[in-house]
Amino acid sequence: MSPLLTVDSLTITTRAGLNLVDQVSFSLAPGEMLGLVGESGSGKTLTCRALLQLLPEGALQITGGRVDFDGRDLLRLSPREMRQLRGAGVGMIFQNPSTHINPLMTIGQQMAESLRLRGRLSRKEIRARSVSLLEQVGIPSPEQRLDSHAHEFSGGMRQRAMIAIALACSPRVLIADEPTTALDVTVQAQILKLLDGLRREHGLSIIMITHDLGVVAQTCDRVAVLYGGRICEIAATADLLKHPAHPYTRGLIACQPHANVNAQGPLTTIAGAPPTAEEMPAGCRFHPRCPDAQRRCQTRQPVVHDVAQESGHRVACHYPLQRLIHRELDHE
Amino acid sequence: MTALTSTQISMGQRVTAPLRRLSRDLSQRTTLKIGLAIVLGWVLVALLAPWISPYDPVYQDLTTRLAPMSWAHPMGTDNFGRDILSRVIYSARVDLQICLLGVIFPFIIGTVLGTFSGYIGGWCDAIVMRLIDIVLAFPFLVLMLAIITILGPGLSSFFIAMALVGWVSYARLVRARVLVLKQSDFVLAARSLGYSHSRIICKHLLPNVLTDAVVFSMSDVVLVLLNGAAISYLGLGVQPPVAEWGVMVTEGQGFITTAWWLTAFPGLAIVLLAVGFSFIADGLSENRGGTQ
Repeated sequence: MSPLLTVDSLTITTRAGLNLVDQVSFSLAPGEMLGLVGESGSGKTLTCRALLQLLPEGALQITGGRVDFDGRDLLRLSPREMRQLRGAGVGMIFQNPSTHINPLMTIGQQMAESLRLRGRLSRKEIRARSVSLLEQVGIPSPEQRLDSHAHEFSGGMRQRAMIAIALACSPRVLIADEPTTALDVTVQAQILKLLDGLRREHGLSIIMITHDLGVVAQTCDRVAVLYGGRICEIAATADLLKHPAHPYTRGLIACQPHANVNAQGPLTTIAGAPPTAEEMPAGCRFHPRCPDAQRRCQTRQPVVHDVAQESGHRVACHYPLQRLIHRELDHE
Repeated sequence: MTALTSTQISMGQRVTAPLRRLSRDLSQRTTLKIGLAIVLGWVLVALLAPWISPYDPVYQDLTTRLAPMSWAHPMGTDNFGRDILSRVIYSARVDLQICLLGVIFPFIIGTVLGTFSGYIGGWCDAIVMRLIDIVLAFPFLVLMLAIITILGPGLSSFFIAMALVGWVSYARLVRARVLVLKQSDFVLAARSLGYSHSRIICKHLLPNVLTDAVVFSMSDVVLVLLNGAAISYLGLGVQPPVAEWGVMVTEGQGFITTAWWLTAFPGLAIVLLAVGFSFIADGLSENRGGTQ
């Protein structure tokens, strides 16, 4: 299947000339859910905001790359074209639904606003559409809830409402920016199930930004791991979790509390802290924290290359684990 | 039991949300209620002036000059024998007009300029901010007097001067709010839904900003009222023989030692209306703090 959205060597630079997102490439097929995983500051959110050109004005700039969506380069659209694409082409939902919904408008008003932008509808049609959207996202008694304000909803319901508002524009790609981080675990599972259902039933493509590999394991088809604004590894979820090729990915998996059931003792952590934009290490950005780092890692930036061509497993590491393992086996 | 009552309440409250909020505010906030009562009282007085005032406000009865309070003249008469009560009543028309027009023009100009300056930023912001600096460089009253002197004395000059000088506070207030709200998550979300800038300004920013501006305008109204009185006092606002509280105080000051009622009653009227507006301002800001 040809991809719906292709991001090719996207680079985002600060005014001071620091690359916060550096040469990030990935693609998204119709109906696919792609996870973007990384620590805070790894550039997940920036990458996705750049797709919609919603970067903080003046402070950050897209300095390179292409974003192809449905045969058009998003980075070359006029502001007007971009606006038409936002919502309708690519929608976005956010981590904190309580602050991302206008406190003064009812849910119904906000959905109506989106619906009206997409075409001429009568008041009745808008109401019917809104009710069915709220039903679709699993909000009970939607008729009454239309007239509620965001503060009258619980956290989970608010997130559902925000999804409904985004869906009102009928987007083809939905960017979910840590949609479950602010929610408790049971509600989290419900929201993930909802997103998964939307994808299966309506062929919605979803980019799921998260720092939680557990979320990824439950829902995503493929995962891209970001570190310091660069892609470390991109692979099918099962592949990545079972055979991580990048030491950072391995570290992340080891940090998951439930990923190492057999392990005894305290939880594993990755030593050190993620680099800041001002102090990006040369060479591989992960090398100061990498247990397998060699001299080459300190000076030369690894390029993203295939680990296993047929499965699309790609990694940016001079000494990918998959090959290392093979070597160790060879020695024995 | 509790569930039952709460559903009953929610069924009973099928009023739209803003109405519901207003009614709740009114039932809870005594300050707001008192303020509204005072101001509405004055509005009534102004509307009914021809019927409730005992005399013509400009009718001079030189036989009863400077008469003290009596049943015929509850607030006494002035040096031309005009009934002070009638003049105070008729003044309400002029002074409420001063309050309304003296606030509404600065409000509109300031809100519009502040919104654009905050939202667009860049050169637009720079121009508006420099304009504000220019206006603020002069003492308020001096600038007012200068403008009125150029335009010629009179109420319309006062309104123009007020608009030219008074917008500054609104613009600064609104700009600051817009700068914060522009970065807010729900505006980002609105942009991610593909809304146009004008739509975001009108539907998402302004409603959030206006409440602040309205609360501020209620305290600003007091200043405008006092300013109007001050300008009239200096002889540049309302011209005699039209009754206006400030003018009345001016006219009465020569007799303040012998006939205090000439200045006291219009002065009290100013205080009462000002207190009414301050109460509204307090009530509004208080309940904003309470509900958020």
